[in-house]
Amino acid sequence: MNTENLFQSATEVAQGLERVDYIPNSKITTAVFLADRLKKPVLIEGPAGTGKTELAKSVAKAVEARLIRLQCYEGLDESKALYEWNYKKQLLRIQAQNLVNDKDDETWKELEQDIFSEEFLLTRPLLEAIVSEDRTVLLIDEVDRIEIETEALLLEILSDFQVSIPELGTLVAKRLPLVFLTSNNSRELSEALKRRCLFLHIDYPDMEREKSIIKRRVPEVEGALLNQIGEFVRSIRQMDLKKRPSVSESIDWAKTLITLGIHSLDLEVATDTISVLLKYQSDIDTALKELAVNL
Amino acid sequence: MDLLTEFVTELRDYGLPISLGESIDAHEALILELIDDRELLREALALTLVKNISHRSAFDSLFDTYFALNSQVSDLDDELQNHNEDSKTSESLSNIAKSSKFAGGGGSLSQEELIEMLFMALLKGQTDKLNQLAALSVSMFAGIEPGRPVGGVYYLYRTLRNLDLENLQIKLKNALKSNTTSADSRLNERFTNDEATIRIEKFKKIVEAEIKKRLVDDRGRKAMAKTLKKPLLEDIDVMRASKQEMLELQQAIIPLSRKLASRLANKRKHLRQGRLNWPATIRKSMAMGGSLAEPIFKKPKISKPDIILLADLSGSVASFARFTLQLVYALSSQFSKIRSFAFIDGIDEITDYFNLETDPVKSFYKINTEANIMWLDGHSDYGHALSEFAKKWPEAVTVKSSVLILGDARSNYHAPQLEVLQKMSKTAKHVYWLNPEPKAYWNSGDSIIKEYSPYCDEVLEVRTLKQLEQFVNILD
Repeated sequence: MNTENLFQSATEVAQGLERVDYIPNSKITTAVFLADRLKKPVLIEGPAGTGKTELAKSVAKAVEARLIRLQCYEGLDESKALYEWNYKKQLLRIQAQNLVNDKDDETWKELEQDIFSEEFLLTRPLLEAIVSEDRTVLLIDEVDRIEIETEALLLEILSDFQVSIPELGTLVAKRLPLVFLTSNNSRELSEALKRRCLFLHIDYPDMEREKSIIKRRVPEVEGALLNQIGEFVRSIRQMDLKKRPSVSESIDWAKTLITLGIHSLDLEVATDTISVLLKYQSDIDTALKELAVNL
Repeated sequence: MDLLTEFVTELRDYGLPISLGESIDAHEALILELIDDRELLREALALTLVKNISHRSAFDSLFDTYFALNSQVSDLDDELQNHNEDSKTSESLSNIAKSSKFAGGGGSLSQEELIEMLFMALLKGQTDKLNQLAALSVSMFAGIEPGRPVGGVYYLYRTLRNLDLENLQIKLKNALKSNTTSADSRLNERFTNDEATIRIEKFKKIVEAEIKKRLVDDRGRKAMAKTLKKPLLEDIDVMRASKQEMLELQQAIIPLSRKLASRLANKRKHLRQGRLNWPATIRKSMAMGGSLAEPIFKKPKISKPDIILLADLSGSVASFARFTLQLVYALSSQFSKIRSFAFIDGIDEITDYFNLETDPVKSFYKINTEANIMWLDGHSDYGHALSEFAKKWPEAVTVKSSVLILGDARSNYHAPQLEVLQKMSKTAKHVYWLNPEPKAYWNSGDSIIKEYSPYCDEVLEVRTLKQLEQFVNILD
């Protein structure tokens, strides 16, 4: 098993991520650094649109690793997550056997060994990440969407980086993948899963970090406007809303303002464009009402 | 026992479920020795030990106790060499801080001068300076008495009161405003107000940490951890929650309801399969040469329960009833119908107050002022309320209904009118009684829960979020 360290220090993580336009905070860099050192998966939780999936993608880019992604959904099972026997190919193999020589030249036993070999195995994302020769980052996205029973599928991989196949034996990782799981917290994950992971909660960024993120993504935003965007979004997030604006929404908003040719934000512009930030009518009403109040 | 193990033990004592493996992870993270900064250490330990975000505040509080900051006071001398702008007070600053560590009054530095320095530091955003000033303020105003087993809330109050932060915040806001030039004065007003609030709040945190640190120095971290021990959010007794805790509980309702809703929906989906769907099964078998290998079932009809809520809104249990009502309404997508009734000694339907008003505070205000839930004297009378309910809304309870009664069954020695509940339980699918009183107090004094319980499917003690969550799971 190859256990190289990808990063020498947490600072190196930060630099690596920034190089690929992901602005981390100290929490995030510590998590990635520890994940690499302790060889543990990271379970990322937090509100939608705060860059959970993006983090895994960026880490992959930063260390030039191959990204293998398993998108979770209800009804996901072994054959789609781990592996499946290619039964069509197995059938063909058996039929070919019959064609070539009518009588038992080869015994059934040998044939059986043959058709349950790696050649007839269809690797699905989890197994793929294990057997891959390259450096890999495995992203298990929205893990809270699978049923609690299906979670058990993940446990062997997460703790031992191996997959047991009854007919074939245990396949152990050739190169340890860096594993990220994301969750929108729509249900409580099992203790067994949580215990095996480092737990990283990514919240909405503070103003400075948000400003640097926007600056990276929308370079056209000038200093004064950038400050105003940061301050405005921070102000909105403090209100009592159903769904507070995420980072991706504030990026969209910044793009909108640039497209409209705005250099300085005033209340009228903010009112006209607030629907980019807020997606519920009741939230828009609340925000506008609050904004109209003179402090 | 090393510090980290002790820390983990204390965390477990706080109620955090930390396994041996997680403790080992934390130790391994520490051994890396590449973590030199206190905040990084905090994050590293949180990553390995805290797997539930609602436990984070308990973790932080204990972390501050166990891994306290280095004493600001002793650092002052070095710091002051670097920050020598305020020449008129700098020489005396550290001396004052040292001499008056536990004393009440200040030395040569007056209160006004301190506030002025604080204002400048806040305006310029100098963190080092703020740390020093926090230490100094605590020395001057907190009046910490060694050996007293307190959590420091009072000291914090005393310190902050003397600094007159409200005034400082306004001053800070105005100063910030004159610094910025923005096109829109209304937005500018809002932004500077936000900024001032945040800076002041940050300073309060620093003062709090400073007080905590001194209390730890004084009494040792173990004793301090014990004093600071608070129940986790899910274990807070709703009836005894402080204002702050109540607020946190309110905020927990929405995410909890989302979680419960998906769990309920999931449970219904997997509960049972419908009847065999012949046509589909045969169709499917075509692909396999006609062998009926994979039977297909009809989707089961999902029957959502119909909820009737009867909530005692009298003073003693009102907070619990409100809380439960809010949770049930947040879950309304999971029920086919919810009708709610509030009672004290009279009873009235309150369903509409929730449908019309999205803000729960307003709905409760309206219920209290408009709904007709009082009859004679405003003391709970379960018997009268129940019989009125049966008389006024005889159609409400049907065979599909699950009836939830929220209350402590303290009926002030009025007649229980058991036959009403008996009749109700015969009609309804389920009758649950949720009692917010500790089980030990049941049937003492005027509590008549024992008499009602034969007619309920279950009588449950529900005082915390965790218990409420468990209850919702059995609902159907």
